Amino acid sequence: MSLKARIATVFDEPACPTNRKKSETVRKKGCSKPLTPGAAAGGCAFDGAKIVLQPVTDVAHLIHGPLACEGNSWDNRHAASSGSDLWRRSFTTDLTELDIVMGNGEKKLFKAIRTIVERHDPPAVFVYSTCVTALIGDDITAVCKRAGERFGRPVVPVEAPGFVGSKNLGNRLAGQTLLDHIVGTIEPDDVTPYDVNILGEYNLVGEFWFVKPLLEELGIRLRAIIPGDARYRDIAAAHRAKANMMVCSSALINLARGMQERWGIPYVEGSFYGITDTSAAIRGICGLLVETGAPAELLDRAEALIAREEAIAWQRIAPLKPRLAGKRVLLNTGGVKSWSMVDALQEAGMEVIRTSIKKSTEEDKARVLAALKDEKHLFDRLAPREIYRMLVDGEADIMLSGSRTQFIALKAKTPWLDVNQERHHPYAGYEGIVELLKRIDLAVNSPVFPALRVPAPWDGSGRLLASPDISSEVKHSFRKFAGGALEDSDDC
Amino acid sequence: MPMNEARSLSTNPLKSSQPLGAAYAFLGIEGAMPLLHGSQGCTAFALVLFVRHFKETIPIQTTAMNEVSTVLGGADHLEEAIVNIRTRANPKLIGVCTTALVETRGEDFSADLTSIINRRADALGDCRVVLAETPDFKGSIEEGWSAAVTGMIDTLTRPTTRRDPERLVILAPSHFTVGDIETLRQTVEVFGLTPVILPDISGSLDGTVPDRWIPSAYGGTPIADIESLGTAGHCVAIGEHMRHPAEALRCKTGLAYALLPTLTGLAATDRFISLLARLSGRPVPASIRRRRSQLQDAMLDGHFHFGGRKIAVAAEPDLLYQMASFFAEMGAETAVAIASTPDNPILEAVPAEVMVGDLGDLEERAGGVDLLVSHAHGRQASERLGIPLFRVGFPIFDRLGAQHRRSALYEGTRDLIFEVANTLIATDHHPSTPESLNPLRNRETLHDSRPSPEPRRH
Repeated sequence: MSLKARIATVFDEPACPTNRKKSETVRKKGCSKPLTPGAAAGGCAFDGAKIVLQPVTDVAHLIHGPLACEGNSWDNRHAASSGSDLWRRSFTTDLTELDIVMGNGEKKLFKAIRTIVERHDPPAVFVYSTCVTALIGDDITAVCKRAGERFGRPVVPVEAPGFVGSKNLGNRLAGQTLLDHIVGTIEPDDVTPYDVNILGEYNLVGEFWFVKPLLEELGIRLRAIIPGDARYRDIAAAHRAKANMMVCSSALINLARGMQERWGIPYVEGSFYGITDTSAAIRGICGLLVETGAPAELLDRAEALIAREEAIAWQRIAPLKPRLAGKRVLLNTGGVKSWSMVDALQEAGMEVIRTSIKKSTEEDKARVLAALKDEKHLFDRLAPREIYRMLVDGEADIMLSGSRTQFIALKAKTPWLDVNQERHHPYAGYEGIVELLKRIDLAVNSPVFPALRVPAPWDGSGRLLASPDISSEVKHSFRKFAGGALEDSDDC
Repeated sequence: MPMNEARSLSTNPLKSSQPLGAAYAFLGIEGAMPLLHGSQGCTAFALVLFVRHFKETIPIQTTAMNEVSTVLGGADHLEEAIVNIRTRANPKLIGVCTTALVETRGEDFSADLTSIINRRADALGDCRVVLAETPDFKGSIEEGWSAAVTGMIDTLTRPTTRRDPERLVILAPSHFTVGDIETLRQTVEVFGLTPVILPDISGSLDGTVPDRWIPSAYGGTPIADIESLGTAGHCVAIGEHMRHPAEALRCKTGLAYALLPTLTGLAATDRFISLLARLSGRPVPASIRRRRSQLQDAMLDGHFHFGGRKIAVAAEPDLLYQMASFFAEMGAETAVAIASTPDNPILEAVPAEVMVGDLGDLEERAGGVDLLVSHAHGRQASERLGIPLFRVGFPIFDRLGAQHRRSALYEGTRDLIFEVANTLIATDHHPSTPESLNPLRNRETLHDSRPSPEPRRH
């Protein structure tokens, strides 16, 4: 299938509610909003594809292109691995001018794959195309096929060059790659009625490990978590799971739908951010497993576990309440996080004054409304200047957002916490939400902010506002200066 | 509140001796030669520590007390040493620092020195002699430093009533580095004021390569400036241990002083800069306002790494106050605070529970903190506890450039934030693992006693 046809396929996503509402002609145009030159922000399709696939831990990720695509973007996320760290290594063909002019790209790519196989012996190699190699017409699919035969292992072409569209499109193309090349290529011999895949979970900072032991306690077997902490063979055998859970809104919706079509695996959406949502997600998985043949008593055990874990979480949140009560939160994230954290924030006594609904689906928006009651708390996109003004005017006590907007808050001398992909703390599950609230406590109660908000003792041109007493001292209670000599000074 | 328990053992001492502190202060005087009045070893040990810290030749001499002089009295050795130093090294000042040996014997050093100076006036010429009584059995670096500066003011400074409002005396604390003093001087000068910094190690211990061999300290506060300290318009003493010399100066010349316990941190620097603006009658220059804004940004960028951290600090009292206040301002908790000596009243103001002790106490109490802060000898505790050490104070013999690291004023505080944060970032004790994050672990223990997971390295 040509790249163009593939893009058309991923755009026409029957499971996507937004897509379903469109007319036939609008749908044909695809869901990619045309990017505005000079006013575009955010990643390209290559970025999106790499984000989805790179957390697969034991695979070598080889980027075929000139240096910038990989050289400027590697080692920037904190997905965690319980095994191989091969995924963290950066492999690129680093095409030079001569390579491009002489058409050496394909040869170089083949040699690069050979070198990786010789040095690291990975179970599979993922080869990513980029703008330049797509433009000059390197046939990475053919090279991958040949290399796969030659080196006796899967070499998977990931065709998502940057120019085809946005990061979101790249996510979809990555899902399509998994579906077309990997899932279903290995038959497992250990299938149980409790086998589940989690799709769209990145295991950032290892946060899914806050959740995994709970599912395992219920007897649920996680066949594959895609892509977080995933191994190639797990994904290849993922088609024998009984149910899929799709998290992170719908980044991998085409994978979920594709697996349903090909192997009849039902899927349920959910989120592990927030207490209520974690519980709902656990119920969702168990419900689906029971529908597909697991014993119904699973539901009772799930309820018992949910009750126990919720109680512990609320109990751990209680001591934080006095420190968080009444704090006003500006939630500037979008997607599922526009609502999934709201209940925990509210339970801790905080007030969500505004939340962004950019990137949120219609369903997301409905849930935000349910939690916040009033549409005026929702905003689609706020200009940085407006956020800055709100924060300087003290309309919020903390902003939760991604690192791109952090400096708006910091420059407004307002606490800020990273809740997006680049963060360094795990926030998933019951444990994660307690961790999140602890981090909010540290940020919102940091003494740095009141100290910074004390105005300088001089005006804009440096003239003192008040005359300090030049002999003034900092007062502190004195004990007698034992050891003698100082007492003598009174004698002069 | 310092806990002073009677103890018979010091394990891994935190203190350095008082005469070392006094000699250190004399090294900040132009053409000075510190003379430790004691046995050879007192000087040799101090010398080695100075050399290891500064990586420089350090001029320091000894009266080489022996068995006979210890029994019969050390005045002869003192006299001989002074005359020999004068002949061989031709210093402008000889700073006599007594040690425990001669203090235990209990001579009248002041009277002895007076008679030596009178008797050998011809030999001494314009070489001045200053006494600092600094027995090792009391105090530590700060006290010795303070005693030497007080001694210089008592001996050298002339009473006067003349005032030059553009001159500003700054009595610098022992923990100020060359870098701190250079920054301090530049800051005072942009207000059009002329700083007289005492002691001034920035000219003598800044690690330069002069074109000739100079056996005594080069650079430093000129003797003439010490003599005319009283003609300044005002005096700023930094650190509680500089109150004593500031009082001595006030008594002798009537010069008023302001005592600032620290120049580290936004609020403390604001106070100092306001004072300079007031004394000079000038507005705060744009360059300094820019530094302030840079510090604010450093606080914003840095606070993520300080929030919720537990720190263990072991230091001389004023340095302990500086560091604990700094950590408090940044949102970290000084969970363990150990002072080298008990007598400095600043210990009352340290935002932590202070105990007087040693590095053995630090090691015993610091388990589970995120960072140790002490001089280089803290490295043993650091190795055994597996907790990183942030080096401050004296001695720092296992890292280069200690004399140029800054912690004072806007730019020094900014440097300090970055250095501490980088030390914390570089330490990734426990990367996330399925075991470390398992919510079912340690369920039998209280949940709130469970630590947060370690932040990931950038």
